[in-house]
Amino acid sequence: MRGRKPPQPMIFHFGIKRANINNIVSFVLLVALSAAFILPLFWMITTSLKPIDQLLLDPPVWIPNPLEFENYPNALEEQPFLQYLGNSLQIAVAAVIGAIISNSLVAYGFSRVEWKGRDVVFVLVLSTLMLPYHVVMIPLFVSFSKIGWVNTWLPLIVPAWLGHPFFIFMLRQFMLGIPKELSEATRIDGGSEWVLLTRVILPLCKPALATVALFQFIWSWNDFIGPLIYLNDRDLYPMSLGLALYHNSQGITDFSILMAASTMAVVPIILIFFFMQRVFIQGISLTGLKG
Amino acid sequence: MNTADPLNAPVKATQRKPKPGRLMLTPRNRRELRKIAVGLVFIAPWIVGFLALNLYPIIASFYYSLTRYSPISSPRFIGLFNYEKLLYFDPLFIKALANTLYFVVFAVPLGNMLALALAVLLNQKVKGLSVFRTIFYLPSILPLVATSIVWTWLLHPQYGAVSVIMAELGLPVISWFSDPQWAKPALIMMSMWGTGWMMLIYLAALQDVPQELYDVASLDGASLWRKFRHVTVPMISPIILFNTIVGLIGAFQYFTEAYIITEGGPGDSTLFYSLYLFNNAFAYFKMGYASAMAWILFLIILILTFLIFRTSAKRVYYHGN
Repeated sequence: MRGRKPPQPMIFHFGIKRANINNIVSFVLLVALSAAFILPLFWMITTSLKPIDQLLLDPPVWIPNPLEFENYPNALEEQPFLQYLGNSLQIAVAAVIGAIISNSLVAYGFSRVEWKGRDVVFVLVLSTLMLPYHVVMIPLFVSFSKIGWVNTWLPLIVPAWLGHPFFIFMLRQFMLGIPKELSEATRIDGGSEWVLLTRVILPLCKPALATVALFQFIWSWNDFIGPLIYLNDRDLYPMSLGLALYHNSQGITDFSILMAASTMAVVPIILIFFFMQRVFIQGISLTGLKG
Repeated sequence: MNTADPLNAPVKATQRKPKPGRLMLTPRNRRELRKIAVGLVFIAPWIVGFLALNLYPIIASFYYSLTRYSPISSPRFIGLFNYEKLLYFDPLFIKALANTLYFVVFAVPLGNMLALALAVLLNQKVKGLSVFRTIFYLPSILPLVATSIVWTWLLHPQYGAVSVIMAELGLPVISWFSDPQWAKPALIMMSMWGTGWMMLIYLAALQDVPQELYDVASLDGASLWRKFRHVTVPMISPIILFNTIVGLIGAFQYFTEAYIITEGGPGDSTLFYSLYLFNNAFAYFKMGYASAMAWILFLIILILTFLIFRTSAKRVYYHGN
């Protein structure tokens, strides 16, 4: 998949004039659609900055004046949102570490070691992607409660340490692209598979590993049904669950505070996206989904 | 696959016949076994995960589906009773299934088409590509709990931004999430807002379509639409298939938005399959009943995926491998 020619921009050729007109039409359409896509987030942020007396005006105020930043400290006072954010962060980081370690090992076993039956087992890995979560949800809950993991973060973290088909697939594709000779050379020099993995292969997989880390972080951060099923203790709530319960307990009057809290849940993901945009876009190509 | 590799070549009939009842390990067999062992050690995390998080739960879930099971008592075998009850005596189940099919039938194709349209637009040489791409992609990776709350407020019948804009345009006021007629369309609209990940996949695929094909089509005087229909669509058809199937599996498990925004209401109009399943398991503690629901869902997804693969086989074009 790698080493292909750089992506070629596709333009419909009609001579320059037609192309220009097409471009203008596309641009206008894109601007209009962007406005629609931004509206919810715009509405979230402006509402989070509205003083209470501007919240329920008809017609509404699009941009509040004055800006009410107090909604944010107020939100933090209403609920321990900072603690929820901290919990989300801890769960996500623990899951990311596990995802990187486990998926590297597994992908290595499916790509750089040649053994009988490997490709058959790999089909089994991929087939588990088809399994709906609801089929395993109940037995997992029963098992985890039997071993006393309910009301701990373990059911949210440990599965990430056992590999995920999507990541295994992605890393495997990436590792298959690394020339075999590299492995042979190390083996001849007497290096073990472990040395080969940690010193040779993984350093070459950095972009793919970064993608794994990002996606796992986002999944863990956004996960709702997991915490909903497993956590009872408020001190353990991640952001998603804390926000949901706060929402369900509130009436309409608190929307500016709710929007402030939602903004706080959303901003970490937006920041990560902006800092690592390149990796994100790359991740999609790495999955080998291209053409 | 590895015929060039002597270590991996299929083991030929061994020269010396092993004595019956005794396992003879030739050096080649030994190497082979060693390699298998190394492979298995590396994939060990997945094996543990597969057994504990997939295989055992699948079997247990099927067993539970044949029992009456609440967390306080142990499962009691009742045969196919749960399935019979679901299919013949539970109007809410039928309602949930119908709601989910409604959602799937609209949300999956609409989301797919919007994603493809956005990708095609972005694939022109437009200015500000990365800005647009960010705007369309971002909503799909934001936490659903937060965006669900935002949409509740966005579509508020009186004070929501959408209602205000619609009123200004002289359109009728809709109560979206509190109107049984409009609650599902509102959720579908919201799901289309989250179609950015599909768009990104399409965009990557479009960039791989060889330019020569378009050039040749241009020489033949093909219109924009014909190029899209006869060059773009066939070339990216495996990706369309992929997005459709992933979208379908996701849509059948649609849960969070309905749980947060409507909690199944109004009038059960957004009681989706997963929500009803979740309620049965964790609100009514009917674990056996919920497991039967999970298995019916599993079968529906398997059959639909199979049908889509079968019907699309002739239309999907795999170039190269």
